[in-house]
Amino acid sequence: MTRTTQWEVVIGLETHAQLQTKSKIFSGSSIAFGAEPNVQANAVDIALPGVLPVLNREAVVCAIKFGLAVGATIAPRSVFARKNYFYPDLPKGYQISQFEIPVVLGGGLHIRVGEAEKFVHLTRAHLEEDAGKSLHEDFHGRTGIDLNRAGTPLLEIVTEPEMRSSAEAVAYAKALHALVQWIGICDGNMQEGSFRCDANVSVRPMGQKEFGTRREIKNLNSFRFMQQAIDFEVQWQINEIEEGRSIQQATVLFDPDTGETRSMRSKEDAHDYRYFPDPDLLPLEITPGWIDEVKSGLPELPQAMKQRFETDYGLSSYDAATLTASREMAAYFEVVLALAGRENAKPAANWVMGDLAARLNKDGLEIAAAPLSAQQLAGIICRIADNTISNKIARDVFEALWTGDGKDADAVIEAKGWKQITDTGAIEALVDEVLAANQKSVEEYRAGKEKAFNALVGQAMKATRGKANPQQVTDLLKKKLGA
Amino acid sequence: MSLNLEDVARIARLARIELSAAEREATRDQLNDILGFIEQLQAVDTTGIEPMAHAVDVVQRLRPDVVTETDRRADFQAVAPETEAGLYLVPRVVE
Amino acid sequence: MSDLINSSLRELSAALATKKVSAVELATLFLDRIEKFNPPLNAFITTDRERTLAQARTADERLNTGAGTQLTGIPLGHKDIFCTKGWRTSCGSQMLANFVSPYDANVVEKLAAAGMVTLGKLNMDEFAMGSSNETSYFGPVRNPWDVSCVPGGSSGGSAAAIAARLTPAATGTDTGGSIRQPAALCGLTGLKPTYGVVSRYGMIAFASSLDQGGPMAKSAEDCALLLNAMAGFDTRDSTSLERPTEDYGRDLEKPLAGLKIGLPKEFFGVGMDADVRAAVDAALAEYRKLGATTGEVQLPNSGLSVPAYYVIAPAEASSNLSRFDGVRYGYRAPEYNDLTEMYSRSRAQGFGAEVKRRILIGTYVLSHGYYDAYYLKAQKIRRLIAADFVEAFKQCDVIMGPTSPSVAFAFGAKSADPVQMYLSDIYTISTNLAGLPGMSLPCGFGNNNMPVGLQIIGNWFGEAKMLNVAHQYQKATDWHTRMPEGVK
Repeated sequence: MTRTTQWEVVIGLETHAQLQTKSKIFSGSSIAFGAEPNVQANAVDIALPGVLPVLNREAVVCAIKFGLAVGATIAPRSVFARKNYFYPDLPKGYQISQFEIPVVLGGGLHIRVGEAEKFVHLTRAHLEEDAGKSLHEDFHGRTGIDLNRAGTPLLEIVTEPEMRSSAEAVAYAKALHALVQWIGICDGNMQEGSFRCDANVSVRPMGQKEFGTRREIKNLNSFRFMQQAIDFEVQWQINEIEEGRSIQQATVLFDPDTGETRSMRSKEDAHDYRYFPDPDLLPLEITPGWIDEVKSGLPELPQAMKQRFETDYGLSSYDAATLTASREMAAYFEVVLALAGRENAKPAANWVMGDLAARLNKDGLEIAAAPLSAQQLAGIICRIADNTISNKIARDVFEALWTGDGKDADAVIEAKGWKQITDTGAIEALVDEVLAANQKSVEEYRAGKEKAFNALVGQAMKATRGKANPQQVTDLLKKKLGA
Repeated sequence: MSLNLEDVARIARLARIELSAAEREATRDQLNDILGFIEQLQAVDTTGIEPMAHAVDVVQRLRPDVVTETDRRADFQAVAPETEAGLYLVPRVVE
Repeated sequence: MSDLINSSLRELSAALATKKVSAVELATLFLDRIEKFNPPLNAFITTDRERTLAQARTADERLNTGAGTQLTGIPLGHKDIFCTKGWRTSCGSQMLANFVSPYDANVVEKLAAAGMVTLGKLNMDEFAMGSSNETSYFGPVRNPWDVSCVPGGSSGGSAAAIAARLTPAATGTDTGGSIRQPAALCGLTGLKPTYGVVSRYGMIAFASSLDQGGPMAKSAEDCALLLNAMAGFDTRDSTSLERPTEDYGRDLEKPLAGLKIGLPKEFFGVGMDADVRAAVDAALAEYRKLGATTGEVQLPNSGLSVPAYYVIAPAEASSNLSRFDGVRYGYRAPEYNDLTEMYSRSRAQGFGAEVKRRILIGTYVLSHGYYDAYYLKAQKIRRLIAADFVEAFKQCDVIMGPTSPSVAFAFGAKSADPVQMYLSDIYTISTNLAGLPGMSLPCGFGNNNMPVGLQIIGNWFGEAKMLNVAHQYQKATDWHTRMPEGVK
């Protein structure tokens, strides 16, 4: 193998999405985040002798919603299995999961990296229970176990090993993150661990058919860490191979402080999980009628909405994709459009993706918390469209509404006297004044200096304090100068 | 199929049951007796037979998504070997 | 008062209703007998006189206000596998020797709701793994008919306590014969219901797909009353069946004329002792006198039930018993250097030999590379065994045979050879695999004047039929009224 080998990166992602139910997957405990340790761990969650699991219907509904959203097959009969291993945050000594027959099979997601689009196939998605948490702060050199999280419903979503760069992996993770929130099955809160990714990473010489040996990076809880961890891991694997060492299958952790991945020490013998069908849980049946019922309650899905934005509103694929990146943004945009009219689709898109997005970003806000309502933004766009204000003034109106200075665009324009001057007579008088006061520029223009014309426009606009329609001013100036 | 001492050690480790060297030998012999007895299953032709995981042929009943449980930590931790600040304590876990 | 210890539950109920005796007096009578006769038998491992009497006083109040049920004020003992709030629930293991349950099992709740008074907790084979009650951490239970013999297992404490008239009734559980075999060996009536009829919530799991709780008492009539209170749908057990409420005693008095009894030829072959055979044959003759007909049926795969069971039950047990890790409750080893040692020492010290053996077997049959050959294979054979019964019940109403191949054996006789011990349940295990109901009732005495049990296997949900068949026999015979000499 020479140093000039071109390497291909192969990535598959496994994502654990906590489902937005009220109670746990197999017990009636609350799943609210942030409670005192173990107060949300009831008899079933702490696995007292004799207790039994009973499946939460809503967790199944979430799985069906997801299956429908990714165009997957929903298994008419699926089976819960026990995954056996010992760990202090796993009270039963086994995790109830699905193994041979998961609830969701196949399907996939459209992702976008720059201009390139790609469809990432899913292998499966299955229901399982979350484990508790081990707290490693010092309790006299001991570890503390909090089982509040134990039994929180999870959907584990597994891709085919189809991603070829960290950028693709992140694009997939973001698309999935948006989708699970879009269909309302997961709150997507990565800080609180509601959406966690494991990345299976391997490299192989370009053109080789067989996969390289993979290492699994566990618990990536931000997109930035995911990118850093995969990039580090890929480089590490390439170095190992190029230096003549082989890769051993391993589970690794990413350390955000060092930006490096390292092998976990504790799970070396945990690989014989002895899966078998859970005798406490009978087969899960999902009838076509139930699927139809869930389907009728699903919102329009992002991919369908993107198509609609392109065909109905004439937006570009890029704009449509950006606007449908989250359900909230899409909903906001649709309200703006409903009020501003379809003919304003492009300016509305620009405002939402441009000024609004930038302002939200500056204040660190989600669109749902935007101080400027969709109605208010529509008002601004309407006033631009009917020439009441210029784009420049519109930005000032936007800022005024953002900071709560006025109830709508009309009120702000009225109060500030920002109404564009459209009275031709008034503008003509202003233009005459400007020409009289700037004879030098007039002469320069007549001598052929185009720049001088711009200076005259600037002076005219200044005289109107920005309220004149720039096109109207230009036209009048040209007329007066006999151009 | 017959187990050797290494097999017994591996199984005992998976099951988290400590066995002394002497116990390992006795266990190997007993397990091999039992496995020898079980071995007769292999002679049966089960082609096309669906495995039977449950004693009853019904599907799973589902629970409505309702929070029914209240905090009983004090009751539950009264029987715990070691707790502090509401947490169960175990020897330090190294990841 | 002494006739009360031999009274049926119906008679006790009448005595309580007519104020011939109070619940407190009745509880005191049995508590005093426990104090006197329990020490050599070791049937009860936990009693709490104050708690029992408090329950009895409550029962008396209910009876006085007319708010009682037919069972209100009648004492019983719970097999120590049922979680009982405020009582130690040990499952016969050092692992739970200090475990005071913070909650009640569904069965315990239901019997308490009916007004029954708990006398205490009954000894058992550790985690219900055994057929002789020799594996309990609290020591063996002795058979009241002969204290040098085992009472059977795993519900040996329940059986011995009833036989010695330390309690009129008890709960038991049956995973492979654990109600029926000790009932047979102690001369009692015990019933394992169809899987799913009695909730498993709060019943410490051994093998979840086989475990089923049931009543143990002197007669079928008593069992019917108890089952009425124990059975029923429970939302906390996913395998509990949603069925209309039944009166299991509704058919007790039906005559048996025309009853078709199936006799599996596999149950009457080699392996059964001659004394057992003689008693069972005599019982079958009695049934023919009562108008029943007997005919041979075939259960060709029943010979595979013991090996299939010893794959499935240990596999499920190995997983069910993983929760006993010394973290949240139960035994924790005093010395260890790290987490793995804490686990493996707590489990090595907290579990007894038979439990560890089954955990290891179960771990092995589920482990990578062996799952198909053992576990999946056994599950397929389980289906064959169940299918045999479907065929057999096309030809008969109930199936009969011996409950156990021998009468109660001496301590130590089989404990050195696990496989020999496992074969004690050769006639009972197939019903658990199929999920069928089964009963044992006393049908005479064999060698050394030890009781012999007749097994009745019913069709799925055929409890009322089985009880009818057993009750009609008990009206014609008096084996179920016999009492051992030593406890008079």
